[in-house]
Amino acid sequence: MNRALPLVILAMTILAFATMLLVVVPRAQIGSEPPAAGLRAYSPEELRGRAQYMSLGCVYCHSQQPRTPDQAPDGERGWGRPSVAADYAYDSPHLMGTMRTGPDLLNVGARLPSTAWHLTHLYRPRAIAPWSIMPSYPFLFEIKDHAAPGDTVVWLPREQRVAGKVVVARPEAMALVAYLLSLDRTYPAPASAIRDDGYSRVGGKP
Amino acid sequence: MLTIGLFLAISFLVSLAGLTALIWAVSTDQFSFGQKQARIIFIEGEEGHLDDPTAGGGSRDLERASIDRTTAWPVSLFLGAAVVWLVIGSFFGLIASLKLHLPDWLDENAVLTFGRMRTLHLTMVIYGWLSLGGIGTATWITPRIFHSPLRSPRFATWGAIIWNAGLIAGCVAIATGWTDGEEWLEIPWQIDGLLALGGGLAVVPVLRTAFGRSVDHIYVSGWYFLAALCWFPALFIIANIPGLFVGAEQATVNWWFAHNVLGLWLTPLGLGAAYYFIPKIIGKPVYSYSLSLIGFWALALFYSQVGIHHLIGGPVPTWVVTLSVVQSVMMVVPVLAVAINQHVVVARNLWAFRASLPLRFISLGAMMYTLASVEGSLEALRSINTVTHFTQFTIAHAHLGAYGFASFILFGSIYYMMPRITGRAWPWPGLITVHFWSVLAGFAVYFVALTIGGWLQGEAMLDAGRPFAQSVILLKPYLEARSIGGAVMTLGHILLAVNVAGILARSAADARKGETA
Repeated sequence: MNRALPLVILAMTILAFATMLLVVVPRAQIGSEPPAAGLRAYSPEELRGRAQYMSLGCVYCHSQQPRTPDQAPDGERGWGRPSVAADYAYDSPHLMGTMRTGPDLLNVGARLPSTAWHLTHLYRPRAIAPWSIMPSYPFLFEIKDHAAPGDTVVWLPREQRVAGKVVVARPEAMALVAYLLSLDRTYPAPASAIRDDGYSRVGGKP
Repeated sequence: MLTIGLFLAISFLVSLAGLTALIWAVSTDQFSFGQKQARIIFIEGEEGHLDDPTAGGGSRDLERASIDRTTAWPVSLFLGAAVVWLVIGSFFGLIASLKLHLPDWLDENAVLTFGRMRTLHLTMVIYGWLSLGGIGTATWITPRIFHSPLRSPRFATWGAIIWNAGLIAGCVAIATGWTDGEEWLEIPWQIDGLLALGGGLAVVPVLRTAFGRSVDHIYVSGWYFLAALCWFPALFIIANIPGLFVGAEQATVNWWFAHNVLGLWLTPLGLGAAYYFIPKIIGKPVYSYSLSLIGFWALALFYSQVGIHHLIGGPVPTWVVTLSVVQSVMMVVPVLAVAINQHVVVARNLWAFRASLPLRFISLGAMMYTLASVEGSLEALRSINTVTHFTQFTIAHAHLGAYGFASFILFGSIYYMMPRITGRAWPWPGLITVHFWSVLAGFAVYFVALTIGGWLQGEAMLDAGRPFAQSVILLKPYLEARSIGGAVMTLGHILLAVNVAGILARSAADARKGETA
């Protein structure tokens, strides 16, 4: 190979070919699917919470893509049915994640529907699960002498309370919880679901 | 639909052009080469002698000295900046690692939360340390193999400055919570333009030197460098255009990009350096030069299509996942070609492996490339991926590639290049030995701990009878071991930085003396 130009052209052709296979064709296939019936767009408050989720880097420990029972017991853990492409129609950027240092969250709103639980958990994860290695997010909260009208006070176990003070959720924490509660894809999957079926058992469902 | 149509039309036109070029290349016998061309890196009388500036060996001829003078300034800038990013990036990595088993440490400010520390670590070591170091190495080697001075070195200097400015801005953005939100693509697209511009400028001198070279043959390192320097800007720009993709489509773009950063950017930069330095230091050509042709084109063809193995079992079409699994396994072909070429020449010259520290770094790096690639091919198999996906096993694997392979080769390359660039010996050669053993030992602890811990974590998560908590609890000792390994690695990086600062300070002092005399 003694010519620089053909080398560069061929190399770029191969990349263009790969791009067509991995990016362009899947986009055409996925893009032709309508959003799943039952999926609703995020509210402005939920989107603000989603921005918090991104900015704090929750995605680096929590996936949002339950797998099939043929592959893993995600369903038995309460993480939901296998997700399909149409479940993400309103997700930009996608937050599917690649780690499960913590559990999958695609259906956390259905599994843990309590605002109070999430606020306590975000403020002090080890108050709920002593084994947890999740960071606590005290900067999403405010410690006050008295709760003002409209404030949401965070429940804490007796031994973790500070005498004469209350912990109040800031708007960022409320938005983040609104987003977490919106994570609910428990409606039935569309019939023409796009997902990786590479684990379907022989003789099982197609 | 307009964008898809445009993409398809461009792909089609480029494919046609590529096909025409290939037919032309075959018909005009562009592919003829053999062991004679493998010796293009040597000059008369050099073959058969160890060339190691850290051991005082090797010859310096006038032609090479004059070529090295044209690259000295921009390459020093690239390498110096790379080492600074390495040291800072290592500290962020260490903090992130500690936070995983000390979750209540440094939690009072959002800037210090795990999600940002970890992302700053990745961004700094990939786009700072490995990318800048790789561009610097390519800029230094390319004129040497083409026996031609570097053209337009100012472009490289400006490229380095603008890239660094973009990266600093990107890191500040991530630290303050402004992110594009996708892994490997966190730097906001408004800032990405600076990196694209800096990268684009940095490519110009290498390309101009390639087109204006005074030898006919392009040595194998040159193929890797030319291709990588054209691939990366294309990848980076396409992946960062905002608003083209949503949801599951975006996930395929995300992993097409992220794996190509490894496969079509860091890997060719690292392999190109290994293909130059291993035979150059030993003084013997690679085992089978014609095999390197297969290695290169197979890498281009297969590696570019492996990205979707990051979405195995996910909400993307089965066929595209399977395609990436198959291509991941096919990667065995180029990996074996490179392994035969590079390991055989080292195995036949073990005396050189013992005598030369740069060679030890680079050759170990090449071996870890083989290991990382074989592990990657296995990890892409559905049965194994089910266990390893979503676990720390993947983190160990990523570090075997980005650290064991790419960083080790860059360490060795820096130790070879800096004395040639500055005309000075390393001020504290003993530190090189300490650096070598600390990063080797630290990384061994790191890799073994996370590989075992990650596998156990994966098995625990697959067992419905065990609560999720078990997968977290069992991991803790392995996370602690990783912090210890990472701390020892960081120590090694500081020693490298001390040595690089020392040699640059000495050469600057020389330059001042020269001016006053």
